[in-house]
Amino acid sequence: MSKRIDVSDLNVYYGDFRAVEDVNITLDAKSVTAFIGPSGCGKSTFLRTLNRMHEVIPGARVEGKVLLDGDNLYADGVDPVTVRSQIGMVFQRPNPFPTMSIRDNVLAGVKLNSRRMPRSDADDLVEKSLRGANLWNEVKDRLEKPGSGLSGGQQQRLCIARAIAVSPDVILMDEPCSALDPISTLAIEDLINELKDEYTVVIVTHNMQQAARVSDKTAFFNIAGTGKPGKLIEFAETATIFNNPAEKSTEDYVSGRFG
Amino acid sequence: MATLITERKRSALTRGRLPRYTPWVIAASAVVVSAALLSLIGFNVFGWAVLSAVLFAAANVTAAAIVEGRRKATDKLASSLIYGAFLVALLPLVSVIWTVLLNGVPGLLTPGFLSTSMNGVTGAVDNAAVADGTPVLGGVYHALVGSVLITLWATIISVPVGLLTAIYLVEYSAGNKFSKVITFLVDVMTGIPSIVAGLFAAAFFALILGPGTKTGFVAAVALSVLMIPVVVRSSEEMLKIVPNELREAAYALGVRKWRTIVKVVIPTAISGIASGVTLAIARVIGETAPLLVTAGFATSINMNVFAGWMSSLPTFIYTQIMTPTSPSNSDPSTQRAWAAALLLILLVMLLNLGARLVARLFAPKTGR
Repeated sequence: MSKRIDVSDLNVYYGDFRAVEDVNITLDAKSVTAFIGPSGCGKSTFLRTLNRMHEVIPGARVEGKVLLDGDNLYADGVDPVTVRSQIGMVFQRPNPFPTMSIRDNVLAGVKLNSRRMPRSDADDLVEKSLRGANLWNEVKDRLEKPGSGLSGGQQQRLCIARAIAVSPDVILMDEPCSALDPISTLAIEDLINELKDEYTVVIVTHNMQQAARVSDKTAFFNIAGTGKPGKLIEFAETATIFNNPAEKSTEDYVSGRFG
Repeated sequence: MATLITERKRSALTRGRLPRYTPWVIAASAVVVSAALLSLIGFNVFGWAVLSAVLFAAANVTAAAIVEGRRKATDKLASSLIYGAFLVALLPLVSVIWTVLLNGVPGLLTPGFLSTSMNGVTGAVDNAAVADGTPVLGGVYHALVGSVLITLWATIISVPVGLLTAIYLVEYSAGNKFSKVITFLVDVMTGIPSIVAGLFAAAFFALILGPGTKTGFVAAVALSVLMIPVVVRSSEEMLKIVPNELREAAYALGVRKWRTIVKVVIPTAISGIASGVTLAIARVIGETAPLLVTAGFATSINMNVFAGWMSSLPTFIYTQIMTPTSPSNSDPSTQRAWAAALLLILLVMLLNLGARLVARLFAPKTGR
C-alpha cells in the first residue's frame, strides 16, 4: 500500500520562531521525492512534520494541513502514534536498539507494540524485511547477535528493514546516507529504487547527485537569511530542477554557485 | 642509490632528557638519606616514609627543572601532589579495613556467631566464657536478619517511587515548574540528616498507629526517606544519557510513549539504574541513628517487619559497645561488635560487587 501526501499552507514553529513558512506541496504515491537545500533551511524540520515527529521536541508546533490520502494528520483527535505507524522514518544516524538482537530490531515495531505473532510468521517477516533492505544475505547467520555490532551501512539498512517491517504507506528518510561510505550509499540508493514500487519515499539529502539519481521529483528549500523562516522555493520533476529550473536561486544552488 | 641509515646510539631526539632510571635512583637516595637524617633525631617508620616521600618529590622536581626544563618540572610537581593526595586519602581506608579485620576476624570465626541470636545470652554467660576461656556465646543472626529485612523493605518502597520520579522528571516534565520544584526538594532530601529521617518516621507512625510504635517497617520507611533521593538522582542521570535517537526511533515505529520508556529507554539504562540502586542500598544499610529511634533493639530473632522490635547490624554494634551484655566483662561484647562491624563491611562490599555484576549482566550487548 502506498499513499499520497498533500500539504497545504504549512507553517512550522519552534516556540515563537517560525522555522518553515507556507509550504504547499503534493507528494505522489509510489514515487521518490527529494528535498534539497542548504543547512538550516527547514527540510528536515518539514520532513518531521509529515509523521508528527516534529512535536516530540518541546515547544514545537505546526499550523496547516497535511493530508494522507485525504485524511488530515493534524485534525483534532488524531493520535500521532497511528500516524507514525503508517508513515515510517529512517534517521540520519543509524540508531538500532542496542539492547536488541538483529532479529528483535527488525521485529521492534511489532514487539514493542506487544502484538502477538506466531514464531513462523515472525521469521517470515524478519526475512522479508531484511531481504527488502538488501541485508538478508549479510546477516542471516547471525540474527541473534546484537544489532550494534554491524557496520554503519549495515546498521542503516537494518533501520530501513525495521521501518518497512511495520508495513507503512510512506517512508521518510532524513539524510540516510550522510554517515555512510560510497558503497553503503550505493546499496541504500538501490534499495530506495526498489522501495519505490511499494512505498511513497521522501528523502532529505545534501548530496545533489544522490537527489538526481534516486528521485522522481525534487523540492528545493531555501532561507532568506539567519533567523528567517525556510521556504519551499521550487518543486518540479527532478530533471527540470537540475537542468532547467524556473527560479534563479535554484539554479545557483544546483550548479554550485550558491552564496 | 639509497643509503641505509642505522639508528644512532645517542638520539638527537632524547637530548635534554633524564635517563629512565633517574626516578629509581632518586627514590633509593631519598630513602637512604631520610633514614640517616632521622637516625640523628630518633628513628620511626612513619616519619621515615613521609620524609622519604617529601625528599623524593623535591629532588625529582629539582632534577627535572635543571635538566628537562620548566614544563617537565611542573608535570613532576603536579604528579607528586596527586600521588601524595591519593596516598593520604588511602591511609584512613586501609587503616579502617586493617583494624576491623584484626579485631573482627576472631569474633566472626567463633562457631555459631552467624547462626545464633543474643537470646538468652546474659552477663552471667559472658562472665563464664571469660572465666573458663571458652568461646564467646551469642551471635548476630537476629541483627543480620533485621538488617536484610529492613533494607529489603526500604528498597521495595524506594525503588518504585525513585524510579518513577526519575521517569517523570526526564521523560514527561519537559523542564516545567513542577519538575524544578521536585528536583529542588530531592536535593534538599539528599541533605537531610539521617536522625531527622528516623524521627520523621517515628513521629509519622506515632501519629497513625499510636506512640511508641517501633517495628522494622517504620525503620524501612525512615531508610527509604534517605534512599529515595539517591535513587532519583542516579536513575535520572542514567535515563538522561539514553540517546534521544532511540526514543525517536521507537516513536517513528508507531510505539506509544510509555511502551517506549518501558521497552527501550529503561532496558538501555538498566545497568546504570541497577548499580545506582545497589549503591543506594549500600549507603543506607550502615545507618544507625534512624534505626535506633524506629526499630528499637531486640536480642531475639524477629522475622516480621510489621510487629515487634527488630535488631540490625549497626544498632547491634552500638548496643554491644555502649551497654555491654556483662558490665564487668565487656570483652565478649566488644568482640561481637567488631565481628558485626566486619560483617557489615563485607555485606556492603558484596553489594558493591553485586552492583558491578548486575551492571555487566544488563549492559547492552556488543559484539559481532
